[in-house]
Amino acid sequence: MPDYRLLHAGDTALVVEFGQGIDRRLNAKVLALARRIEQNVAAGRLVGIVETVPTFRSLMVYYDPLVLNHAALAVRIDELVRDLQPAMQAGRVWRLPVCYDPCVAPDLEDVARRTGLTPTTVVERHSAETYHVYMLGFLPGQAYMGDLPAELDLPRRATPRLTIPAGSLAIAMNMTCIFPLQSPCGWHLIGRSPVPLWDGEAGKALLAPGDQVMFAPVSLREFDQLCAKVMARALKIEPIATGVGVAA
Amino acid sequence: MSAALRVISPGLLTTVQDFGRPGYQHLGIPVSGALDPFSLYAANVLVGNAPGTAALEVAYVGPTLAVEADSVRLAFVGGKVAIEILPDATASAGTLIGSMESVRLERGAVIRVGSLWDSAILYVAVEGGFDLPSALGSRSTYLRGGLGGWHGRALIAGDRLPLVLDRATDRDEFRLDDVDLGAPARFRVVLGPQHDYFSESAIADFFAREYTVAAGSDRMAMRLDGAPIAHARGYDITSDAIAPGSIQVPGNGKPIVLLADRQTTGGYPKLATVISADLPALGRLPIGAKVAFEPVSIEEAVEARRALLQQMHTLHEKLVPLSLPAATVAARLQDANLISGIVDGRSEAA
Repeated sequence: MPDYRLLHAGDTALVVEFGQGIDRRLNAKVLALARRIEQNVAAGRLVGIVETVPTFRSLMVYYDPLVLNHAALAVRIDELVRDLQPAMQAGRVWRLPVCYDPCVAPDLEDVARRTGLTPTTVVERHSAETYHVYMLGFLPGQAYMGDLPAELDLPRRATPRLTIPAGSLAIAMNMTCIFPLQSPCGWHLIGRSPVPLWDGEAGKALLAPGDQVMFAPVSLREFDQLCAKVMARALKIEPIATGVGVAA
Repeated sequence: MSAALRVISPGLLTTVQDFGRPGYQHLGIPVSGALDPFSLYAANVLVGNAPGTAALEVAYVGPTLAVEADSVRLAFVGGKVAIEILPDATASAGTLIGSMESVRLERGAVIRVGSLWDSAILYVAVEGGFDLPSALGSRSTYLRGGLGGWHGRALIAGDRLPLVLDRATDRDEFRLDDVDLGAPARFRVVLGPQHDYFSESAIADFFAREYTVAAGSDRMAMRLDGAPIAHARGYDITSDAIAPGSIQVPGNGKPIVLLADRQTTGGYPKLATVISADLPALGRLPIGAKVAFEPVSIEEAVEARRALLQQMHTLHEKLVPLSLPAATVAARLQDANLISGIVDGRSEAA
């Protein structure tokens, strides 16, 4: 039996929930279903879908209830879930420059103190991991990446900051993020990336769910140079590999 | 110079909005768009536009605009407000006009939109629309992302909003009769998606209580003041997507209704979701308004949506040609509930 449940989010959205928590196997199902729906919509076999939003463990399906009745949608989703092949999901691999210099990492000392590590070890642990992009959300192009090494797992800050600079590299709740825009933030800031994750003019996000991300530490001087390149639109970031399978 | 509306003063928060930008939430882009799409639709019907043409969304305090075109046709739909038309920027007194009707103005005229007194929102539609580029399929302004509308931001003094038409077309002016912009006694919701994070008694409390729209409410979210709702299973969920009208309950137990500029995802349990048919009326509720909720089935929600769309699609049948105004300025003042204020002012002065 397909292991999922359907939840109503009003009369124009249905949540397909595969489970609880942050889990790559659940996330692979979510991404696979999103792709199946997209294919069926593109082929004209599923009419009345407005858009889908994949998240950690559920897929939000926005629909027009005057075109597609919720019961009919539920039947179609059940058919699609039955023959899902989550292992077929392909992702790209990225290596993104990040600067962990204390000048752009206001919480690095604090994170070291809370985790009982030295700042150098925090940086080593954080940059040694290959992260999985679970979902985009909160801000345009913002990727939720996990999982963080267990020793860096911290709750959010007690008091969120009202504003943080664009490009801030942050950790909290077993996740790491680069915040694409200036925004309020309750996470711990341990660095900054010069890479624009969101191209507002083209309306494109650099990362997509299912991608793999590694961080390449750069010095403050290199960071400044890369920022200058970004300003001059001379920094081109390409994936270092494509078509990597995600374990189902 | 090309046809434009020039902003003399911007009002509190005036943005360009249409029906929003669906299709990009998977990238973290909110849908945005009009908080009250019904009123936007009506304003466009009055000036003869396609219903989803981008217009100005005015919040609480209106802008002052100058006509820099041979002529323009405008319509104002939303909260009750005094709108004064001055023949030019140096005129000391003008003519008051009503909302829910179209008006043709000549070059140099100045439009002063006052403060809304029974609603948060008013739309100013212009015949032909604004000559602005579409961003990801929409001209709606997404303020935090700096996307769409007029340079991705709210209007400021000195802005010059280009118009598609140099002059208004030759036709009658119209008014819309019998259009109800009131709020329902209870906003209808569908339970869920996370009502299982609340006890049955907490859910019953939610429907029994009356809330007040709190300060801090904006295009992203309406914050509600009232007795807190207790969680049964904590207030952290694995972040998931947020539908329009979702009522999330954070740790302090005070419900927050997510609106047009809502973040695409979030980590608080969502007790219920306001039905799509009641979102326009919710979107125009001002800070301080009272609000209560009642649960309905999906089937009732869909029927209500069908009825609202039917009402929107037949709005043009309610257009009445505007003959010479029978109403005097005094009657219009009374209509805008300003008479008592003026009388009081005089008696105090005396």
